[in-house]
Amino acid sequence: MQAFDTLTGIAVPFGAANVDTDAIIPARFLKTVTRTGLGRGAFAALRENPDNLFDSPRNAGAPILIAGDNFGCGSSREHAPWALADLGFRTVIAPSFADIFAGNAFKNGLLLVVLPQAQIDRLMAIAGEHEITVDLENQVVTTPFQDRFAFEIDPFRKACLLGGLDEIGLTTQMEGEIAAYEARLQRERPWAA
Amino acid sequence: MSQQPRTLYEKVWHDHVVSRRDDGTSLIWIDRHLIHEVTTPQAFEGLRIAGRRLRRPDLTLAVPDHNVPTRDRRLPNPDPESTTQLAMLESNCAEFGVELIDIHAAEQGIVHVIGPEQGFTLPGLTIVCGDSHTATHGAFGALAFGIGTSEIEHVFATQTLLLRQAKTMEVRVTGTLGFSVTAKDVALAIIGRLGTAGGTGYVVEYTGEVIRDLSIEGRMTVCNMAIEGGARSGMVAPDEKTFAYLRGRPRAPTGARWDAAVAYWRTLPSDAGAAYDATLTIDGSEIAPQVTWGTSPEDVVPITGRVPAPDSFADAGKRDAALRSLAYMDLAPGTRLQDVAVENVFIGSCTNSRIEDLRAAAAVAKGRHIASNIRQALVVPGSGLVKRQAEAEGLDRIFTEAGFDWREPGCSMCLSMNPDRVPAGERCASTSNRNFVGRQGPGARTHLLSPAMAAAAAVTGRLTDVRELMG
Repeated sequence: MQAFDTLTGIAVPFGAANVDTDAIIPARFLKTVTRTGLGRGAFAALRENPDNLFDSPRNAGAPILIAGDNFGCGSSREHAPWALADLGFRTVIAPSFADIFAGNAFKNGLLLVVLPQAQIDRLMAIAGEHEITVDLENQVVTTPFQDRFAFEIDPFRKACLLGGLDEIGLTTQMEGEIAAYEARLQRERPWAA
Repeated sequence: MSQQPRTLYEKVWHDHVVSRRDDGTSLIWIDRHLIHEVTTPQAFEGLRIAGRRLRRPDLTLAVPDHNVPTRDRRLPNPDPESTTQLAMLESNCAEFGVELIDIHAAEQGIVHVIGPEQGFTLPGLTIVCGDSHTATHGAFGALAFGIGTSEIEHVFATQTLLLRQAKTMEVRVTGTLGFSVTAKDVALAIIGRLGTAGGTGYVVEYTGEVIRDLSIEGRMTVCNMAIEGGARSGMVAPDEKTFAYLRGRPRAPTGARWDAAVAYWRTLPSDAGAAYDATLTIDGSEIAPQVTWGTSPEDVVPITGRVPAPDSFADAGKRDAALRSLAYMDLAPGTRLQDVAVENVFIGSCTNSRIEDLRAAAAVAKGRHIASNIRQALVVPGSGLVKRQAEAEGLDRIFTEAGFDWREPGCSMCLSMNPDRVPAGERCASTSNRNFVGRQGPGARTHLLSPAMAAAAAVTGRLTDVRELMG
């Protein structure tokens, strides 16, 4: 995956709660067999309105999306983070994320930052006008106005994001333990093995 | 030495830990991997690029379902993109040595219907699939959850996943269900109480008399919708019903292995006194047939209810969401749900396409006819074997005589990747699991309900309290 360190840029003040993965990328766009090009279907229903946040010239090239509670709920489709990445987003900031989406995002180098609603409201107010900085190493979001919002992140995910690590490669290094488990399973629960 | 009481989830988790890591994650063995055409092409491509093989193709089973046409399959597929994706599943399975139940096989069907049907799903297993409704298999006491494509590739290559142990939630449904109240109504009522994110970070175990009394298929319906309450997995402790359902299934163990398996499965139910991180108790005798009014599964009321006013929500975010939902659904606050006319009916999906679902819908449809305002009423069995069973029981004739369209198995109008869809601006009474904006087609308006309620809506042309038809 692409390594993530520090990112500064314009943020799109989206803000809606319970945005499901069908909204991020409708099922009719899932017939693709590649990971790229999904940006064209991203937020398709919203973008039927030409006056939408994602196609607004002032948000062009914005790498940060600010969302509401429970972002990414619903389907397990990894096409959702692929679509966000294809639109140019490298990080999403929200009060909470759905579980499966969070795992999928991380595996594609998309950093999810959880901040309390009050801080999200503050970022929403300055997004689109001023650049926001997301510093993963120091786990802090800053603004040109001296705002400093610290965030928590799973240490394993942080290490993978910072190093751009290949998780499958890491796991294959544990082959000895996997083979030992497999042998034990064969003895203890042969119907499962 | 006495061990601390453990929950079903904690037992299954513990028995699958390959390695515990210092950072709090564990490498977990995956017993079964179900795959379909939509979320796997990029995972196979990843293996190919990295020069990797499947570690255990024999623990993997493929079936096309999301994209498949539900009309005559001998005809050419009208959609070239679907054709490509379906062909790619076949060629990838051939290249990597994965068994495929192909589109013409009698056993083909929705991945979450065929897993249990084939005995691929067993209690106490870890089961994954690139689909969020994988929790369905939790009805057998398996730890089953949906994964993304990167995780599919990880399971392909290593037969493991790196996970963090979840919190546990008990959802206890007490009492006895009323007349014509079904597992689907229980599932929707739970989500109404829990909210769409209430289960985030938890594995839910469904307990209580209502869950014990449900059939295995009913338990599948409840577990299927765990994700709609935010929980990646839902589970029910295995019992004699579970074993009876599985005995003799094509891929279930036999002979001494079966006996050993059952002995192990009997150790899985949560110990007396096991502690959950959260508990929700619902009185099952108070659940009425449910129907959704909005664009999130948590937007649910009893069929006797009315569309709520956005002002009735204390939370500002909920008020905004309700306003947007009502605009999309073209509903006014205070409208009686029973006064809402529908033009489309869909009976199917991994939530409600099994034989008991079709029997429940047919019992309502029998001797009646769909209303004149109904433009399409699809019945899509969950698998070829469900279809065959239904035809042996004459259910197909009941449906077709009532004016329903009897189709081939697949996901169909649940997510409308294939040609089955609800036209923009029209309503659908649907037995599926999601009423999201555009889920059944751009501009489509979905009302989630049970199979019996869907059949009732079909014959009256509006959302209807099935108890009035069947009483």
